[in-house]
Amino acid sequence: MQRYSALSLLRGGLNGQKSWQRAWRDPAPKSHYDVIVIGGGGHGLATAYYLAKVHGIRNVAVLERGWIGGGNTGRNTTIVRSNYRQPALHNLFEFSLKLWEGMSDDLNYNVMFSQRGAMFLGHSDSDMIRLAERGDAMRAAGIDAEFMTMDQLRKKLPLLDLSDKARYPIVGALNQPRGGTARHDAVAWGYARAADALGVDVIQNCEVLGMDMVGGRVTGVQTTRGPIGADRVGICVAGNSGQVAAMADLRLPIESHLLQAFVSEPVKPMIDMVIMSQSIHAYVSQSDKGEIVMGGDPDLYPTYSQRGRPDRIEGVAGQCIALFPALSRLRMLRSWAGTTDMSFDGSPIIGTTPVEGLYLNGGWCYGGFKATPASGWTYAHTLAKGEPHALNAPFSLDRFETGATIDETGAGPMPHHR
Amino acid sequence: MLLIACPNCGPRAQAEFTFERPLASIVTPTETLPDLIHKLFTRDNPRGPSWELWRHTYGCAGWLKVHRDTHSHQISAVVPVDMETPS
Amino acid sequence: MSGPMRLADGGLIDRSRAVSFVFDGKSYQGYAGDSLASALLANGVVLFGRSFKYHRPRGVMAAGIEEPSALVQAGSGGRYEPNSRATDVFIYDGLQSQSQNRWPSLGFDLGGLNSLISPFIPAGFYYKTFFGGPKLWLLYEQLIRQMAGLGMPPTKADADIYEHRAAFCDVLVVGSGPAGLAAALSASAAGSRVILAEQDERLGGSLLTDPATIDGLSSDQWIAKARESLIASGGRILTRTTAAGYYDHDLVNLVERLTEPGQTPGADGLAQRLWRVRAGKVILATGAFERPRLFEGNDLPGVMLSGAVRTYLRRYGVRAGSRAVITTDNDDAYRTALALADAGSSIAAILDSRPADGVHSPLVQKAMAQLPVYFGAKLIAAKGSAKGLKGASALIDGKVTALDCDLIAVSGGFSPVVHLHMQAGGTLAWDELSGSFSPDQTRQNQTTVGAAAGVDGLSATLLNGWTKASSKAKAKAAPTCASDDDVALNIIADWEPAPQASLKKAFVDYQNDVTAADLDLAWREGYRSVEHLKRYTTLGMATDQGKTSNLVGLARLAKSEGRPVPSVGLTTFRPPYTPVTLGVLAAEATGAHLDPRRRPVLYQTHAAEQPIWQPVGYWHRPRAYPMGTENLHQAAHRESLTVRTKVGVTDVSTLGKFDVSGPDAAIFLELICATTVGKLAVGRGRYTIMLREDGMVMDDGTVWRTQENRFLLTSSTGGADRMAAHLSYVRKVIAPHLKVAVANVQEHWAAVAVAGPLAKDVVASVLPQMAVPRHMSLDVGDLAGVPTLTLAASYSGERAFEIYAPSDQIEPVWAAIAKAARDIGGCLYGLEALEILRIEKGHIVVGGEIDGRASPHDLGLSKMLRPAGGYIGHTALQRPAFAEPGRLQMVGFEAVDGAAIPEGSMVLTAPKTLPVGHVTAAGLNVIKGGSIALGFLRDGFSRTGEGLIAWSPTRNQTAKVKVTAPVFYDVAGVQYRD
Repeated sequence: MQRYSALSLLRGGLNGQKSWQRAWRDPAPKSHYDVIVIGGGGHGLATAYYLAKVHGIRNVAVLERGWIGGGNTGRNTTIVRSNYRQPALHNLFEFSLKLWEGMSDDLNYNVMFSQRGAMFLGHSDSDMIRLAERGDAMRAAGIDAEFMTMDQLRKKLPLLDLSDKARYPIVGALNQPRGGTARHDAVAWGYARAADALGVDVIQNCEVLGMDMVGGRVTGVQTTRGPIGADRVGICVAGNSGQVAAMADLRLPIESHLLQAFVSEPVKPMIDMVIMSQSIHAYVSQSDKGEIVMGGDPDLYPTYSQRGRPDRIEGVAGQCIALFPALSRLRMLRSWAGTTDMSFDGSPIIGTTPVEGLYLNGGWCYGGFKATPASGWTYAHTLAKGEPHALNAPFSLDRFETGATIDETGAGPMPHHR
Repeated sequence: MLLIACPNCGPRAQAEFTFERPLASIVTPTETLPDLIHKLFTRDNPRGPSWELWRHTYGCAGWLKVHRDTHSHQISAVVPVDMETPS
Repeated sequence: MSGPMRLADGGLIDRSRAVSFVFDGKSYQGYAGDSLASALLANGVVLFGRSFKYHRPRGVMAAGIEEPSALVQAGSGGRYEPNSRATDVFIYDGLQSQSQNRWPSLGFDLGGLNSLISPFIPAGFYYKTFFGGPKLWLLYEQLIRQMAGLGMPPTKADADIYEHRAAFCDVLVVGSGPAGLAAALSASAAGSRVILAEQDERLGGSLLTDPATIDGLSSDQWIAKARESLIASGGRILTRTTAAGYYDHDLVNLVERLTEPGQTPGADGLAQRLWRVRAGKVILATGAFERPRLFEGNDLPGVMLSGAVRTYLRRYGVRAGSRAVITTDNDDAYRTALALADAGSSIAAILDSRPADGVHSPLVQKAMAQLPVYFGAKLIAAKGSAKGLKGASALIDGKVTALDCDLIAVSGGFSPVVHLHMQAGGTLAWDELSGSFSPDQTRQNQTTVGAAAGVDGLSATLLNGWTKASSKAKAKAAPTCASDDDVALNIIADWEPAPQASLKKAFVDYQNDVTAADLDLAWREGYRSVEHLKRYTTLGMATDQGKTSNLVGLARLAKSEGRPVPSVGLTTFRPPYTPVTLGVLAAEATGAHLDPRRRPVLYQTHAAEQPIWQPVGYWHRPRAYPMGTENLHQAAHRESLTVRTKVGVTDVSTLGKFDVSGPDAAIFLELICATTVGKLAVGRGRYTIMLREDGMVMDDGTVWRTQENRFLLTSSTGGADRMAAHLSYVRKVIAPHLKVAVANVQEHWAAVAVAGPLAKDVVASVLPQMAVPRHMSLDVGDLAGVPTLTLAASYSGERAFEIYAPSDQIEPVWAAIAKAARDIGGCLYGLEALEILRIEKGHIVVGGEIDGRASPHDLGLSKMLRPAGGYIGHTALQRPAFAEPGRLQMVGFEAVDGAAIPEGSMVLTAPKTLPVGHVTAAGLNVIKGGSIALGFLRDGFSRTGEGLIAWSPTRNQTAKVKVTAPVFYDVAGVQYRD
């Protein structure tokens, strides 16, 4: 793999950018792989990378229906954090956060992981107790979390409405200093390039149409580019998990919903952190380009349309202005919508399935982007060993049957209640 | 935003309605555990036409069976919940 | 005359009304009807802004909303707005505007140094450097963030207001050019209710640039007549109104701008209005955007789109240059050349990339007769600086030729504006010759007409708009134009720059500084999907949303791929069509109006006591009633002590209340409640819990049998709305066969709770004719003429009553009870005291112990469950995990070292171990003193007496605790009985 560095840029500048190589190959599918990962999003590409790097399994293909990173990897608000209350979740996301911290150097691709801090606002004393519970649970697990005083908030975020006239007055905040954002597309590209360098075939424009099964075992897949055999097949297509699993006659505890987000026109720096509020149902940050990135509640009904309801965006705009009144005169520049795999406890599914040789990684609800490296790491482990890693063992497919659900918000089984 | 033709109130904006669940996921307390798990905790999750239960929450508050395409969003039937689901 | 470039007469500006405005600290004059761009151009200003990355000097490229370069910030304070397009701001007296993204000044911008290092910062350079870990990146990033961004951010709350309005019509026409007007007239003639939306401040579209004779009238007259006719037939005409989004089921959001950036609104204070239009049919007459072409320096001030040059000339009476070069691949630019020549500019050359051997239209022949026209010719480079153009070089007859000019008018053909068609789910068809996509299939009830549909020539456009608007329209009745006005475009798209042009300075996306060389590099590096190309180079992601750059970029990609344009695909079109102010999206629903605020019926009565308020869901309820200098905790302690020793009165009106009646009422309630209901005697009540379908506890409350077939069910305040929906679902969907009626009476009944050893005395004194009911019994009474229902139920653990009365008559009931209690040493108490008292008794609450993860077993409520099952949640509760060891079970904690137990803290067996539980709520033991708490502990039921640590690292608090049963007061349960 061609090393990227300041020196390589200097060289490129001097030779008219002639020295750059392709970031990843465009291979034709082979007839058989040790492992096929269906889905060329960040999770699938990370899985392939760690299969090759950690487990030495390099005869791997990532099959992508369209272009890599084109699903939810490219349709999110790029927030990375591990500030969850439930141990199974904060353990997984903290492992992820640690991988994020080394990712740019590991992949030799700058994913712009920016630890500007991610915080939840508290709007009442009872909010603050629940935030303390979350923070204390994190700290007890060795994860960073700290309260910010009103003075600190005022200094750090001078445009935040801290007045007591607000509908939900801000009384404090729980910050995770190591939280922040990353450049979403770069994550897909960085993993693709690094996986490719280790021999993984990243195959775009290759849609899986069916599963080949022999005696209840998956032996390969049918694709728009012909049949491809495999010892193990990993589904990694959050948003469409149910569609792909149905090819192996699996019915999943997943419903496809839609989450929208939008950005403003770029301006000079005005918001220096990731701000989230559960009372106001909104989250706000500012990208390096200067765009204010905003998101909120999902559309609350099943859809594959990737077309959002306008009233949802309008609501989120009001919520963000309530937090930062100065946002009112900025303009929404772009909006987008991602199809989310809503699981029935709000937590992901990473593990084995009742079909031999077939594995599932999905059900990420609205929280998949931040998990990209840990999802890939644990899924690679599961695919390599045939059994889950300790970190993803709680996230089994059968937990709805057993009742061992992992419900961060306590919202229960109905996806539209989360 | 969808336009849903409430049989009681006429066509109204989606903002007045709430989605409840696919009809197939309605479970009664007499259901066996395997049936309950199958219906409540797994879904067909179709990309295409689906019978769903909606409520005209901010209108007549009635429960409605809605036949809706989850991709095109075309709605081909809306009937009150106590009417038989057209085949 | 306002400025050196203004023509002596002509144009649609009002020369009788001079307008003064400021740009970059300097005062200028324009005329009413001028855009900021036209007024500045008239004054000889050529430099408007700096580009995003290289800070290259930029002028005006376009005359409309597609402008990528001339961005300004306008207004001040609560009306300050960054990133406005100078071409889309109409000037008003007092307009304050500034250039942006430059330092220290527009003329001398240090950011321009980026241009010098441009070879080392090609597209995507930032992915290839700045390694060394997140800490180092944060430092680099700080610099990058300062360099990035366009205008300065606003810092003040908005000074103005916005509103939403719903509208319905048979036909919505978007765009009021010739096609749109013809369509609106046609639909209106067919009897349709029409809304016509035009983003400009005046109707006419292309007719404002190219006046014509229509139906024998001048186009100005024809437009005026059309307006009158539409209004007369009941149509609604909205100008300065942009269709921003086309959503499902023919919903179109229109944004009406009532003020220009920075402008003070009228008396109503309204800056903008969002129209939600649900249309029977939508006609898109959105026109076409002219495309730039690739040559070196194609971004310099003085390089403009040909149509824009003509718009400035004809509509605004402004000559954009005195010596022009025209570069084109179509006939339309000849109109610009001839118009410029008519206005006294000289034409250095018309460089037409089409071959010489074609058939020339009369327009081209006319130009050939008087102007230097070169076929098969291309521009190589524009030369110039921030001060303007200083000539150009061109490839003419195969030779590099120098040209003298101060204006380059560019036409690279036209792209139909298909954004709304695509948002509506349409598909596109490609025309190779003109190099354009136009609408093909539609999914919604919409149609596209005129230039937006690829229709060429004015008469065809009028006919097209007229006939497609209505099935009743007869072609014969369509408006017609004079044959002179019928100019066809005859585009022969040619995407290829002259071979001598350096692609490193040939810009595709002007604002984001994406060059043709960047696109080629990205392709070589493997970013070959159109989406990868866009995301890697940022092509089309600027505030102009790629309106002028997208197709040029696509064509470049297609060339690299060696494939036709349509096969490389398109990026998705999503709302908004043009950037939309967040304020108008939100309208009233922000600030204090973000969510409703629910006030209990006794709100004013409480307010007179000056309580500390507490938000509970949407509700605001008294948290404590401090006396004198008491703080919250002192007041709450006094209040709870008074309840324990004498009597307290509190408002419980917000509780969920449901009237359940009918022969099957008990059967229905046994679906909802996990406890036994059917055996309840008339006049008696019980505590109950309700489960979710997954077996977790959803809420708790009480159920009372008021008559044989009638019950009152109560639930928590916070969960009342959810409970109402749940009851409706079960009633209508799960058990439609039951003979039962369920009414939500939450706000019909208000209620006052009286608790304490003296509660009975209070009840006896205010309801003397009623026998005081036993614990968990009820009775009706009459208090000062108000009918009441008294439930003897205890939440505090003391003998207690809830006295219900109709909401509108609760006032005297409250007053009588409060007085009676105070007369014997009692007091009012709020939610904080209620919390202390319930912790002592170990009563669970929604949001505390009822956290959505706890089963009834976990909460120690197994014995309450109806053994026969049949209730919602029973089946799921049979899943094995509920019976496995290691469950978090509800316990009490008692501090053993005098420290306060921190609420929300983790519970550990020893320092530095992982938590085995947590504290949900903590308080003081009211009478005995000492800190007590409720919480969850792994296998907690069997750990009574164990010593543990409650640890809150975020608050640096620790308490040693002992595990107890979750009840700290009156364990035997005698206090609340008689």
